[in-house]
Amino acid sequence: MIRLEAITLAYPTRHGDVVAVRDLSLDVKRGEFAAVVGPSGCGKSTLMKLVTGLVKPTKGRVVVDNHTVNGPLKIAGMAFQNANMLPWRSVLDNVLLPLEIVEPFRSQFRQKRASYVERAEALLTSVGLSGFSHRYPWEMSGGMQQRASLCRALIHEPALLMLDEPFAALDAFTREELWCVLRDMWQRLQFTVVLVTHDLREAAFLADHIHVMSARPGRVIKTKHVAFEKPRDLDVCYTPPFVDLVHELRQDIAEVRTS
Amino acid sequence: MTLTIDRLAPWIFTLGLFAIWEAACRLFNIDQFILPAPSVIVEAMVRYYKPLLRNGFVTLWTTLAGFGLAVSFGLALGLLVGWSRTIYRGLYPVMIGFNSIPKVAVVPILVVWFGIGEVPAIITAFLISFFPIVVNVATGLATIEPEMEDVLRALGANKLDIMLKVGIPRAMPYFFGSLKIAITLAFVGSVVSETIASNAGLGFLMTQAGSNFQMPLVFAGLMALAIEGIAMYAVFAALERRMTGWAVRSSQSAAG
Repeated sequence: MIRLEAITLAYPTRHGDVVAVRDLSLDVKRGEFAAVVGPSGCGKSTLMKLVTGLVKPTKGRVVVDNHTVNGPLKIAGMAFQNANMLPWRSVLDNVLLPLEIVEPFRSQFRQKRASYVERAEALLTSVGLSGFSHRYPWEMSGGMQQRASLCRALIHEPALLMLDEPFAALDAFTREELWCVLRDMWQRLQFTVVLVTHDLREAAFLADHIHVMSARPGRVIKTKHVAFEKPRDLDVCYTPPFVDLVHELRQDIAEVRTS
Repeated sequence: MTLTIDRLAPWIFTLGLFAIWEAACRLFNIDQFILPAPSVIVEAMVRYYKPLLRNGFVTLWTTLAGFGLAVSFGLALGLLVGWSRTIYRGLYPVMIGFNSIPKVAVVPILVVWFGIGEVPAIITAFLISFFPIVVNVATGLATIEPEMEDVLRALGANKLDIMLKVGIPRAMPYFFGSLKIAITLAFVGSVVSETIASNAGLGFLMTQAGSNFQMPLVFAGLMALAIEGIAMYAVFAALERRMTGWAVRSSQSAAG
Protein backbone atom coordinates (compact mmCIF):
# COMPACT_ATOMS: atom_id res chain seq x y z
CA MET A 1 0.00 0.00 0.00
CA ILE A 2 2.69 2.51 1.04
CA ARG A 3 6.32 2.34 0.05
CA LEU A 4 8.85 5.05 0.85
CA GLU A 5 12.04 4.51 -1.14
CA ALA A 6 15.13 6.16 0.35
CA ILE A 7 13.45 9.50 0.93
CA THR A 8 15.44 12.62 1.76
CA LEU A 9 13.68 15.86 2.54
CA ALA A 10 15.49 19.13 3.13
CA TYR A 11 13.82 22.48 3.50
CA PRO A 12 15.39 25.92 3.61
CA THR A 13 15.20 28.02 6.78
CA ARG A 14 16.87 31.22 7.89
CA HIS A 15 19.72 29.17 9.33
CA GLY A 16 20.39 27.24 6.15
CA ASP A 17 18.94 23.98 4.91
CA VAL A 18 17.52 21.61 7.48
CA VAL A 19 17.43 17.95 6.62
CA ALA A 20 14.27 16.58 8.19
CA VAL A 21 14.60 12.99 7.03
CA ARG A 22 17.43 11.18 5.25
CA ASP A 23 17.30 7.80 3.50
CA LEU A 24 13.92 7.06 5.01
CA SER A 25 12.47 3.77 3.84
CA LEU A 26 9.22 2.28 4.97
CA ASP A 27 6.81 -0.42 3.83
CA VAL A 28 3.21 -0.72 4.89
CA LYS A 29 0.96 -3.44 3.49
CA ARG A 30 -2.69 -2.97 2.63
CA GLY A 31 -4.90 -3.27 5.68
CA GLU A 32 -1.93 -3.09 8.00
CA PHE A 33 -1.76 -1.00 11.15
CA ALA A 34 1.66 0.66 11.25
CA ALA A 35 2.92 2.76 14.12
CA VAL A 36 5.86 5.14 13.88
CA VAL A 37 7.66 6.05 17.09
CA GLY A 38 10.77 8.07 17.74
CA PRO A 39 12.33 10.88 19.73
CA SER A 40 10.76 14.29 19.39
CA GLY A 41 11.77 16.24 16.30
CA CYS A 42 12.69 13.11 14.36
CA GLY A 43 10.46 13.97 11.43
CA LYS A 44 7.40 11.90 12.31
CA SER A 45 5.04 14.62 11.18
CA THR A 46 7.13 15.13 8.04
CA LEU A 47 6.56 11.46 7.31
CA MET A 48 2.80 12.08 7.49
CA LYS A 49 3.03 14.89 4.98
CA LEU A 50 5.28 12.89 2.67
CA VAL A 51 2.91 9.93 2.55
CA THR A 52 -0.15 12.10 1.90
CA GLY A 53 1.68 14.04 -0.80
CA LEU A 54 1.42 17.37 1.00
CA VAL A 55 5.18 17.84 0.66
CA LYS A 56 7.43 16.50 -2.06
CA PRO A 57 10.64 14.66 -1.17
CA THR A 58 13.93 16.23 -2.21
CA LYS A 59 15.20 12.79 -3.16
CA GLY A 60 13.57 9.39 -3.38
CA ARG A 61 10.09 8.21 -4.25
CA VAL A 62 6.79 7.79 -2.41
CA VAL A 63 4.56 5.06 -3.76
CA VAL A 64 0.98 4.67 -2.58
CA ASP A 65 -1.35 2.12 -4.12
CA ASN A 66 1.26 1.34 -6.83
CA HIS A 67 1.34 4.96 -8.00
CA THR A 68 4.12 7.44 -7.44
CA VAL A 69 2.79 10.28 -5.31
CA ASN A 70 3.14 13.65 -7.02
CA GLY A 71 0.54 15.78 -5.22
CA PRO A 72 -2.01 15.51 -2.43
CA LEU A 73 -3.45 12.01 -2.29
CA LYS A 74 -7.19 12.76 -2.33
CA ILE A 75 -8.01 9.49 -0.57
CA ALA A 76 -6.50 9.85 2.86
CA GLY A 77 -8.31 10.56 6.09
CA MET A 78 -6.32 12.48 8.64
CA ALA A 79 -6.63 13.26 12.33
CA PHE A 80 -4.32 15.27 14.54
CA GLN A 81 -3.64 15.90 18.20
CA ASN A 82 -5.99 18.88 17.96
CA ALA A 83 -9.44 17.75 16.85
CA ASN A 84 -9.72 20.75 14.49
CA MET A 85 -13.49 20.79 14.44
CA LEU A 86 -15.04 23.76 12.65
CA PRO A 87 -16.89 25.67 15.40
CA TRP A 88 -19.61 27.03 13.11
CA ARG A 89 -20.68 23.57 12.05
CA SER A 90 -22.58 21.04 14.12
CA VAL A 91 -20.83 17.74 14.83
CA LEU A 92 -22.84 16.13 12.05
CA ASP A 93 -21.86 18.77 9.50
CA ASN A 94 -18.23 18.50 10.61
CA VAL A 95 -18.29 14.77 9.99
CA LEU A 96 -19.95 15.29 6.59
CA LEU A 97 -17.26 17.76 5.48
CA PRO A 98 -15.10 15.24 3.55
CA LEU A 99 -18.14 14.15 1.54
CA GLU A 100 -18.52 17.74 0.34
CA ILE A 101 -15.01 17.55 -1.09
CA VAL A 102 -14.15 14.01 -2.15
CA GLU A 103 -15.54 12.63 -5.40
CA PRO A 104 -17.81 10.79 -6.13
CA PHE A 105 -19.69 11.93 -3.02
CA ARG A 106 -19.22 15.58 -3.80
CA SER A 107 -21.32 15.68 -6.96
CA GLN A 108 -24.07 13.64 -5.36
CA PHE A 109 -24.05 15.47 -2.06
CA ARG A 110 -27.38 17.24 -2.56
CA GLN A 111 -29.35 14.22 -3.81
CA LYS A 112 -27.92 11.71 -1.40
CA ARG A 113 -27.62 13.89 1.66
CA ALA A 114 -30.16 11.80 3.61
CA SER A 115 -28.19 8.59 3.12
CA TYR A 116 -24.93 10.39 3.98
CA VAL A 117 -26.46 11.72 7.17
CA GLU A 118 -27.53 8.19 8.03
CA ARG A 119 -24.00 6.97 7.44
CA ALA A 120 -22.54 9.73 9.60
CA GLU A 121 -25.02 8.99 12.38
CA ALA A 122 -24.11 5.30 12.26
CA LEU A 123 -20.41 6.16 12.46
CA LEU A 124 -21.00 8.55 15.36
CA THR A 125 -23.00 5.86 17.15
CA SER A 126 -20.13 3.40 16.73
CA VAL A 127 -17.79 5.75 18.60
CA GLY A 128 -20.35 6.37 21.35
CA LEU A 129 -21.60 9.73 20.14
CA SER A 130 -25.19 8.86 19.30
CA GLY A 131 -27.47 11.78 20.07
CA PHE A 132 -24.66 14.32 19.85
CA SER A 133 -24.81 15.00 16.14
CA HIS A 134 -26.61 18.32 16.47
CA ARG A 135 -24.35 19.65 19.20
CA TYR A 136 -21.59 22.07 18.39
CA PRO A 137 -17.97 20.99 18.91
CA TRP A 138 -17.43 23.55 21.64
CA GLU A 139 -20.25 22.00 23.63
CA MET A 140 -18.29 18.75 23.93
CA SER A 141 -15.24 17.56 25.86
CA GLY A 142 -11.84 17.08 24.22
CA GLY A 143 -12.30 13.31 24.11
CA MET A 144 -15.68 13.61 22.40
CA GLN A 145 -14.27 16.06 19.86
CA GLN A 146 -11.48 13.61 19.09
CA ARG A 147 -14.04 10.83 18.54
CA ALA A 148 -15.86 13.09 16.11
CA SER A 149 -12.54 13.90 14.44
CA LEU A 150 -11.97 10.16 13.87
CA CYS A 151 -15.43 9.92 12.32
CA ARG A 152 -14.62 12.80 10.01
CA ALA A 153 -11.41 11.07 8.97
CA LEU A 154 -13.31 7.87 8.14
CA ILE A 155 -16.66 9.02 6.72
CA HIS A 156 -15.54 8.71 3.10
CA GLU A 157 -14.21 5.22 3.80
CA PRO A 158 -10.64 6.07 2.87
CA ALA A 159 -8.21 3.31 2.05
CA LEU A 160 -5.67 5.08 4.22
CA LEU A 161 -5.96 6.68 7.65
CA MET A 162 -3.13 8.94 8.82
CA LEU A 163 -3.02 9.75 12.52
CA ASP A 164 -0.60 12.25 14.03
CA GLU A 165 -0.59 11.76 17.81
CA PRO A 166 -4.38 11.86 17.85
CA PHE A 167 -4.73 10.96 21.52
CA ALA A 168 -1.79 12.87 22.98
CA ALA A 169 -3.88 15.66 24.49
CA LEU A 170 -6.31 13.36 26.29
CA ASP A 171 -6.27 11.99 29.81
CA ALA A 172 -5.14 8.40 30.32
CA PHE A 173 -8.60 6.88 30.69
CA THR A 174 -10.09 8.62 27.67
CA ARG A 175 -7.01 7.69 25.68
CA GLU A 176 -7.41 3.97 26.43
CA GLU A 177 -11.10 4.22 25.60
CA LEU A 178 -10.27 5.72 22.22
CA TRP A 179 -7.61 3.07 21.54
CA CYS A 180 -10.45 0.56 21.74
CA VAL A 181 -12.67 2.73 19.53
CA LEU A 182 -9.94 2.88 16.91
CA ARG A 183 -9.19 -0.86 17.26
CA ASP A 184 -12.84 -1.75 16.69
CA MET A 185 -13.18 0.53 13.69
CA TRP A 186 -10.04 -0.86 12.15
CA GLN A 187 -11.17 -4.46 12.73
CA ARG A 188 -14.48 -3.66 11.13
CA LEU A 189 -13.43 -1.53 8.14
CA GLN A 190 -9.96 -2.96 7.38
CA PHE A 191 -8.30 0.26 6.20
CA THR A 192 -4.56 0.89 6.30
CA VAL A 193 -3.39 2.99 9.23
CA VAL A 194 -0.23 4.95 9.84
CA LEU A 195 -0.16 6.13 13.44
CA VAL A 196 2.53 8.56 14.47
CA THR A 197 2.89 8.59 18.24
CA HIS A 198 5.30 9.00 21.10
CA ASP A 199 3.24 6.75 23.33
CA LEU A 200 4.97 3.35 23.13
CA ARG A 201 2.12 1.51 24.85
CA GLU A 202 -0.30 2.95 22.33
CA ALA A 203 1.90 1.72 19.49
CA ALA A 204 2.34 -1.72 21.00
CA PHE A 205 -1.35 -2.13 21.76
CA LEU A 206 -2.66 -1.10 18.35
CA ALA A 207 -0.05 -1.82 15.69
CA ASP A 208 0.99 -4.78 13.56
CA HIS A 209 4.41 -3.27 12.97
CA ILE A 210 6.22 -0.59 14.92
CA HIS A 211 8.80 1.48 13.07
CA VAL A 212 11.41 3.19 15.24
CA MET A 213 12.89 6.38 13.85
CA SER A 214 16.26 7.91 14.60
CA ALA A 215 16.89 11.45 15.76
CA ARG A 216 16.99 14.15 13.06
CA PRO A 217 17.65 13.64 10.22
CA GLY A 218 15.13 10.87 10.71
CA ARG A 219 15.11 7.43 9.17
CA VAL A 220 13.62 4.11 10.20
CA ILE A 221 16.29 2.22 12.11
CA LYS A 222 14.26 -0.71 13.30
CA THR A 223 10.96 -2.38 12.47
CA LYS A 224 9.38 -4.52 15.10
CA HIS A 225 6.59 -6.99 14.40
CA VAL A 226 3.93 -7.11 17.10
CA ALA A 227 2.67 -10.65 17.35
CA PHE A 228 -0.10 -10.39 19.96
CA GLU A 229 -3.33 -11.95 18.85
CA LYS A 230 -6.00 -9.64 17.42
CA PRO A 231 -8.39 -8.20 18.39
CA ARG A 232 -6.48 -7.31 21.49
CA ASP A 233 -7.94 -6.64 24.87
CA LEU A 234 -6.62 -3.84 27.09
CA ASP A 235 -5.46 -6.54 29.50
CA VAL A 236 -2.72 -7.41 27.04
CA CYS A 237 -0.96 -4.25 28.18
CA TYR A 238 -0.30 -5.84 31.55
CA THR A 239 1.24 -9.13 30.30
CA PRO A 240 5.01 -9.66 30.56
CA PRO A 241 5.63 -9.93 26.77
CA PHE A 242 3.89 -6.57 26.25
CA VAL A 243 5.89 -4.94 29.01
CA ASP A 244 9.09 -6.41 27.53
CA LEU A 245 8.23 -5.03 24.09
CA VAL A 246 7.57 -1.54 25.43
CA HIS A 247 10.77 -1.72 27.42
CA GLU A 248 12.76 -2.76 24.37
CA LEU A 249 11.31 0.09 22.30
CA ARG A 250 12.08 2.50 25.08
CA GLN A 251 15.72 1.44 25.08
CA ASP A 252 15.94 1.79 21.31
CA ILE A 253 14.69 5.34 21.51
CA ALA A 254 16.93 6.18 24.47
CA GLU A 255 19.88 5.01 22.36
CA VAL A 256 19.03 7.14 19.30
CA ARG A 257 18.45 10.14 21.52
CA THR A 258 21.93 9.99 23.00
CA SER A 259 23.79 9.03 19.83
CA MET B 1 -29.38 41.73 41.53
CA THR B 2 -25.98 42.09 39.88
CA LEU B 3 -27.68 41.41 36.57
CA THR B 4 -30.02 44.41 36.89
CA ILE B 5 -27.13 46.64 37.92
CA ASP B 6 -25.09 45.32 34.99
CA ARG B 7 -27.91 46.17 32.65
CA LEU B 8 -28.57 49.60 34.12
CA ALA B 9 -24.90 50.57 34.41
CA PRO B 10 -24.58 52.26 30.99
CA TRP B 11 -27.63 54.43 31.74
CA ILE B 12 -26.46 55.29 35.22
CA PHE B 13 -23.05 56.33 33.94
CA THR B 14 -24.42 58.38 31.06
CA LEU B 15 -26.95 60.19 33.23
CA GLY B 16 -24.29 60.69 35.90
CA LEU B 17 -21.96 62.29 33.37
CA PHE B 18 -24.65 64.71 32.24
CA ALA B 19 -25.57 65.49 35.86
CA ILE B 20 -21.95 66.36 36.69
CA TRP B 21 -21.72 68.48 33.52
CA GLU B 22 -24.91 70.34 34.38
CA ALA B 23 -23.84 70.86 37.99
CA ALA B 24 -20.39 72.11 36.94
CA CYS B 25 -21.88 74.63 34.50
CA ARG B 26 -24.21 76.02 37.16
CA LEU B 27 -21.75 75.87 40.03
CA PHE B 28 -18.89 77.63 38.26
CA ASN B 29 -21.23 79.83 36.28
CA ILE B 30 -19.64 78.86 33.00
CA ASP B 31 -20.47 81.07 30.06
CA GLN B 32 -22.87 79.45 27.59
CA PHE B 33 -20.52 80.47 24.82
CA ILE B 34 -17.68 78.39 26.28
CA LEU B 35 -19.61 75.30 27.35
CA PRO B 36 -23.40 75.15 27.29
CA ALA B 37 -25.05 73.06 30.00
CA PRO B 38 -26.92 69.90 28.90
CA SER B 39 -30.25 71.55 29.67
CA VAL B 40 -29.38 74.39 27.28
CA ILE B 41 -28.30 71.89 24.63
CA VAL B 42 -31.54 69.94 24.96
CA GLU B 43 -33.43 73.20 24.66
CA ALA B 44 -31.53 73.98 21.46
CA MET B 45 -32.20 70.48 20.15
CA VAL B 46 -35.92 70.98 20.67
CA ARG B 47 -35.95 74.45 19.20
CA TYR B 48 -33.90 73.54 16.11
CA TYR B 49 -35.26 70.04 15.66
CA LYS B 50 -36.14 70.65 12.03
CA PRO B 51 -32.68 71.65 10.70
CA LEU B 52 -31.13 69.03 12.98
CA LEU B 53 -33.32 66.30 11.50
CA ARG B 54 -32.79 67.49 7.93
CA ASN B 55 -29.01 67.77 8.22
CA GLY B 56 -28.80 64.69 10.43
CA PHE B 57 -30.50 62.73 7.69
CA VAL B 58 -28.00 63.98 5.10
CA THR B 59 -25.09 62.96 7.30
CA LEU B 60 -26.66 59.58 7.98
CA TRP B 61 -27.20 58.70 4.35
CA THR B 62 -23.84 59.96 3.10
CA THR B 63 -22.18 57.99 5.91
CA LEU B 64 -24.13 54.85 5.11
CA ALA B 65 -23.44 55.23 1.39
CA GLY B 66 -19.71 55.56 2.03
CA PHE B 67 -19.84 52.72 4.51
CA GLY B 68 -21.71 50.53 2.03
CA LEU B 69 -18.99 51.14 -0.55
CA ALA B 70 -16.36 50.38 2.08
CA VAL B 71 -18.04 47.08 2.98
CA SER B 72 -18.24 45.78 -0.57
CA PHE B 73 -14.82 47.05 -1.58
CA GLY B 74 -13.21 46.08 1.74
CA LEU B 75 -14.67 42.59 1.65
CA ALA B 76 -13.53 42.02 -1.93
CA LEU B 77 -10.04 43.39 -1.34
CA GLY B 78 -9.77 41.50 1.97
CA LEU B 79 -10.63 38.21 0.26
CA LEU B 80 -8.10 38.94 -2.47
CA VAL B 81 -5.34 39.87 -0.03
CA GLY B 82 -6.09 36.93 2.26
CA TRP B 83 -6.16 34.57 -0.72
CA SER B 84 -2.58 34.85 -1.80
CA ARG B 85 0.61 35.66 0.03
CA THR B 86 2.03 37.38 -3.03
CA ILE B 87 -0.87 39.81 -3.32
CA TYR B 88 -0.67 40.34 0.43
CA ARG B 89 3.02 41.21 0.28
CA GLY B 90 2.58 43.41 -2.76
CA LEU B 91 -0.44 45.36 -1.56
CA TYR B 92 0.31 45.69 2.12
CA PRO B 93 2.85 48.56 1.95
CA VAL B 94 0.59 50.43 -0.45
CA MET B 95 -2.37 50.06 1.88
CA ILE B 96 -0.36 51.09 4.93
CA GLY B 97 0.85 54.17 3.08
CA PHE B 98 -2.65 54.98 1.96
CA ASN B 99 -4.10 54.49 5.41
CA SER B 100 -1.53 56.78 7.02
CA ILE B 101 -2.55 59.74 4.85
CA PRO B 102 -4.84 62.00 6.91
CA LYS B 103 -8.14 61.90 5.05
CA VAL B 104 -8.73 65.61 5.77
CA ALA B 105 -5.93 66.29 3.30
CA VAL B 106 -7.80 64.43 0.56
CA VAL B 107 -11.04 66.39 0.87
CA PRO B 108 -9.82 69.46 -1.12
CA ILE B 109 -8.80 67.16 -3.96
CA LEU B 110 -12.21 65.51 -3.90
CA VAL B 111 -13.86 68.91 -3.98
CA VAL B 112 -11.87 69.83 -7.10
CA TRP B 113 -12.91 66.57 -8.71
CA PHE B 114 -16.54 66.34 -7.67
CA GLY B 115 -17.49 69.82 -6.48
CA ILE B 116 -18.95 70.82 -3.15
CA GLY B 117 -21.72 68.54 -1.89
CA GLU B 118 -22.44 65.01 -0.86
CA VAL B 119 -20.07 63.14 -3.17
CA PRO B 120 -16.86 64.17 -1.36
CA ALA B 121 -18.51 63.25 1.96
CA ILE B 122 -19.45 59.80 0.70
CA ILE B 123 -15.97 59.21 -0.70
CA THR B 124 -14.24 60.44 2.45
CA ALA B 125 -16.43 58.15 4.57
CA PHE B 126 -15.51 55.29 2.24
CA LEU B 127 -11.78 56.05 2.23
CA ILE B 128 -11.51 56.23 5.99
CA SER B 129 -13.56 53.12 6.79
CA PHE B 130 -12.52 50.45 4.31
CA PHE B 131 -9.11 49.76 5.79
CA PRO B 132 -10.15 47.97 9.00
CA ILE B 133 -12.49 45.78 6.96
CA VAL B 134 -9.72 44.74 4.57
CA VAL B 135 -7.26 44.00 7.36
CA ASN B 136 -9.75 42.00 9.39
CA VAL B 137 -11.03 39.88 6.52
CA ALA B 138 -7.48 39.20 5.34
CA THR B 139 -6.40 38.24 8.86
CA GLY B 140 -9.32 35.85 9.20
CA LEU B 141 -8.35 34.12 5.97
CA ALA B 142 -4.63 34.09 6.60
CA THR B 143 -4.88 32.46 10.01
CA ILE B 144 -6.50 29.16 8.96
CA GLU B 145 -5.02 26.39 11.10
CA PRO B 146 -2.38 24.66 8.95
CA GLU B 147 -3.60 21.28 10.16
CA MET B 148 -7.14 22.00 8.98
CA GLU B 149 -5.68 22.90 5.62
CA ASP B 150 -3.75 19.61 5.58
CA VAL B 151 -6.90 17.65 6.38
CA LEU B 152 -8.70 19.24 3.43
CA ARG B 153 -5.80 19.06 1.00
CA ALA B 154 -5.31 15.38 1.77
CA LEU B 155 -8.93 14.96 0.65
CA GLY B 156 -8.11 16.62 -2.67
CA ALA B 157 -9.55 20.04 -1.87
CA ASN B 158 -8.32 22.94 -3.98
CA LYS B 159 -7.71 26.47 -2.80
CA LEU B 160 -11.28 27.52 -3.61
CA ASP B 161 -12.74 24.64 -1.57
CA ILE B 162 -10.56 25.55 1.39
CA MET B 163 -11.62 29.19 1.17
CA LEU B 164 -15.32 28.38 0.86
CA LYS B 165 -15.46 25.68 3.52
CA VAL B 166 -13.04 27.11 6.07
CA GLY B 167 -11.52 30.47 5.18
CA ILE B 168 -14.61 32.56 4.58
CA PRO B 169 -16.78 31.24 7.44
CA ARG B 170 -13.76 31.62 9.69
CA ALA B 171 -13.21 35.23 8.57
CA MET B 172 -16.82 36.21 9.27
CA PRO B 173 -16.38 37.04 12.98
CA TYR B 174 -13.44 39.26 12.00
CA PHE B 175 -15.54 40.87 9.27
CA PHE B 176 -18.56 41.60 11.45
CA GLY B 177 -16.29 42.80 14.24
CA SER B 178 -14.65 45.26 11.85
CA LEU B 179 -18.03 46.69 10.80
CA LYS B 180 -18.47 48.24 14.24
CA ILE B 181 -15.15 50.04 13.89
CA ALA B 182 -15.76 50.97 10.26
CA ILE B 183 -19.17 52.57 10.84
CA THR B 184 -17.83 54.92 13.52
CA LEU B 185 -14.91 55.84 11.25
CA ALA B 186 -17.33 56.47 8.38
CA PHE B 187 -19.07 59.12 10.50
CA VAL B 188 -15.71 60.78 11.11
CA GLY B 189 -15.08 60.84 7.36
CA SER B 190 -18.40 62.28 6.27
CA VAL B 191 -18.46 64.93 9.01
CA VAL B 192 -14.89 66.03 8.28
CA SER B 193 -15.81 66.47 4.64
CA GLU B 194 -19.04 68.32 5.48
CA THR B 195 -17.14 70.65 7.77
CA ILE B 196 -14.67 71.58 5.05
CA ALA B 197 -16.79 71.74 1.93
CA SER B 198 -20.50 71.15 1.92
CA ASN B 199 -23.88 72.84 2.02
CA ALA B 200 -25.73 70.25 4.08
CA GLY B 201 -25.14 67.77 6.86
CA LEU B 202 -24.40 68.00 10.56
CA GLY B 203 -20.78 69.04 9.93
CA PHE B 204 -22.00 71.93 7.80
CA LEU B 205 -24.66 72.85 10.37
CA MET B 206 -22.10 72.96 13.17
CA THR B 207 -19.65 75.09 11.15
CA GLN B 208 -22.43 77.53 10.33
CA ALA B 209 -23.69 77.64 13.93
CA GLY B 210 -20.12 78.14 15.14
CA SER B 211 -19.50 81.11 12.87
CA ASN B 212 -22.80 82.62 14.11
CA PHE B 213 -21.68 82.07 17.73
CA GLN B 214 -24.65 79.76 18.39
CA MET B 215 -22.75 77.44 20.71
CA PRO B 216 -25.82 75.55 22.02
CA LEU B 217 -26.66 74.61 18.42
CA VAL B 218 -23.08 73.43 17.80
CA PHE B 219 -23.39 71.16 20.80
CA ALA B 220 -26.86 70.06 19.72
CA GLY B 221 -25.25 69.00 16.42
CA LEU B 222 -22.61 67.06 18.32
CA MET B 223 -25.33 65.38 20.32
CA ALA B 224 -27.18 64.39 17.16
CA LEU B 225 -23.93 62.91 15.80
CA ALA B 226 -23.38 60.94 18.98
CA ILE B 227 -26.91 59.57 18.80
CA GLU B 228 -26.48 58.49 15.18
CA GLY B 229 -23.08 56.96 15.95
CA ILE B 230 -24.33 54.97 18.91
CA ALA B 231 -27.43 53.79 17.05
CA MET B 232 -25.39 52.53 14.09
CA TYR B 233 -22.83 50.90 16.34
CA ALA B 234 -25.64 49.09 18.16
CA VAL B 235 -27.10 47.89 14.85
CA PHE B 236 -23.80 46.36 13.75
CA ALA B 237 -23.00 44.94 17.18
CA ALA B 238 -26.39 43.20 17.14
CA LEU B 239 -25.76 41.98 13.59
CA GLU B 240 -22.40 40.58 14.68
CA ARG B 241 -23.96 38.68 17.59
CA ARG B 242 -26.63 37.29 15.33
CA MET B 243 -24.40 36.23 12.46
CA THR B 244 -21.40 34.86 14.31
CA GLY B 245 -22.65 33.94 17.76
CA TRP B 246 -20.68 30.70 17.54
CA ALA B 247 -17.42 32.61 17.76
CA VAL B 248 -18.42 34.23 21.04
CA ARG B 249 -19.81 31.07 22.54
CA SER B 250 -16.98 28.83 21.42
CA SER B 251 -14.36 31.00 23.05
CA GLN B 252 -16.38 31.04 26.27
CA SER B 253 -16.87 27.29 26.49
CA ALA B 254 -14.53 25.26 28.63
CA ALA B 255 -14.06 22.59 25.99
CA GLY B 256 -12.52 25.18 23.70
